[in-house]
Amino acid sequence: MATDWFPLWLSLRVAAVATLLSLAAGLWAGWWLAKPPFRGRTLLHSAVNLPLVLPPTVLGYYLLVLLGQNSPIGRFYEWIFGAPLLFTWQAAVVAAFLYSAPLVAQSVRLALESLDPHWERAAQSLGATGWSVFAHITLPLTWRPVLAAAVLAFARSLGEFGVTLMIAGNLPGRTQTLAVAVYDATERGQGAAARMLVLVISAAALAALWAAGRLSARQAV
Amino acid sequence: MISARIRKAFPASPPSPALVLDVEFSAEPGITALYGARGSGKTAALEAIAGFIRPDAGRILLDDAIVFDAAAQVHMPARLRRCGYVFPEPALFPHMSVRRNLEFAAHQRPRLERRRRVNEALERFQLTEAAGKKPHQLSEPQKQRAALARALIGEPKALLVDDPCRGASASLRLAFRALLLQIRSEREIPILFATSSLEDCLEVAERMLVLQEGRILQTGTPRRVVEQPASFEAARCLGLYNLLPAEIKALDPSRDSSRLKLDQVELAGPYFPGRFLGDRVWICVRPDQLVARPRDGKPGPNQMPVQLLRATELVQNVRLEFTGDVAVEMSRADFEPHRHTKEWVVEFPPGALRVL
Repeated sequence: MATDWFPLWLSLRVAAVATLLSLAAGLWAGWWLAKPPFRGRTLLHSAVNLPLVLPPTVLGYYLLVLLGQNSPIGRFYEWIFGAPLLFTWQAAVVAAFLYSAPLVAQSVRLALESLDPHWERAAQSLGATGWSVFAHITLPLTWRPVLAAAVLAFARSLGEFGVTLMIAGNLPGRTQTLAVAVYDATERGQGAAARMLVLVISAAALAALWAAGRLSARQAV
Repeated sequence: MISARIRKAFPASPPSPALVLDVEFSAEPGITALYGARGSGKTAALEAIAGFIRPDAGRILLDDAIVFDAAAQVHMPARLRRCGYVFPEPALFPHMSVRRNLEFAAHQRPRLERRRRVNEALERFQLTEAAGKKPHQLSEPQKQRAALARALIGEPKALLVDDPCRGASASLRLAFRALLLQIRSEREIPILFATSSLEDCLEVAERMLVLQEGRILQTGTPRRVVEQPASFEAARCLGLYNLLPAEIKALDPSRDSSRLKLDQVELAGPYFPGRFLGDRVWICVRPDQLVARPRDGKPGPNQMPVQLLRATELVQNVRLEFTGDVAVEMSRADFEPHRHTKEWVVEFPPGALRVL
């Protein structure tokens, strides 16, 4: 039996979209978390990292309630896109996003905190605008660890399983991602198909870890 | 010209205790030293002028332009103030070569002029050969020169220097002072130099402000401040003086004389204008102005019997610390024969006595 490659393509697409969203959200959250202590920082920190500690089933349950057709968010989504969110590949993106965004936020925070505050002040005193400081100082000194985090986020998204199964389901050819397909194949006793997918996921994860390691090891200076 | 009135409260943020900065001063072109220990508010004052922090109250003028005015809600951003700033660490951008660091600082100039300025600055600060190096490849003196070159390339209205020699070697300090004097001779701008070294002040500064716990204790030429501290706190801050509590027992303006009671001893001194009988004062006298002798019979006039606690080697002299919080400096040759003597007398030459 020929291996069905649809789960691989779907997972790549889900992971790519989720990574882009995580980068946007993670940059924003990480930037806030790196600022000097402000009221509510601990709360923001906890909220960002909550998905990492909640059981996937609990998170999935929340999302079913929060994004369902009876919820305001679900109805709003349907009003905009003309179709419900749950049990589509976009729902899988939401699931992957919840696990990859905290990784990016954490990395952005650490990268920003490692910057010497004197550099930013020096740039300001030399007449640099906020944008110029970001483009010439902050970005060149932080893009490597942030990119490394994005690569890890991508790998994490490729393998997302629990929440995906709960809110996107296991619809072959529509929402069946790699990890879900492995589960499905194993359940049905299709060892050969499972083996192939397992190898693909493992290779992708290893490659991502290697790339992230290389990126963080090389200094910007 | 800088004219600043700055008030700002900093809450305690361990390890630093709370600080209320409350200063008012002006600085003409030339070098003005802000002298004080760590935590005295030197850095905060510079940061307020540069625009890195926003004071709670006050007003700051740079060349007659108001850059901060609490009442009028004016707070010009740092990038518009044109203050050259030199940080405690060189703070060169680590991913840029020396040349790129300078180019970044001159980015507002047209390209050709920028190149000319950068080349001039590189030559001026003996950095031409190091132009292509990244900051971590530079020697310490090169880093200092690069930081100064970068701060000056935009023709700032003032140069703010925040103790870049903290923990530096003696030779690096000397080199930095020479650089500052050179800049002073070339540019008609006020240079504020925060330092915790009295030598720095004496060697390069035309004026100095003595800061302690956010307040200015004294202002004046370094020579005058060192020789005539204005208050007990200023004298203690300088760390140069014996400060001994005493009581005025007699005052005679016609003979320009006085008598002071210090512990059990009565000392003759000059007349102290503005003091009254019975005033409790601090005798303020430098260790090198006192004379120490091994005790030999009964103490003579203006001599106080003391016991030697400790002798510390200085470059040429020996610093002797005695009971009663008295320290005396004497030459090593004079001290050597009496190294093991315990009982001494300290003589207070009447002319050297000052009271605070």
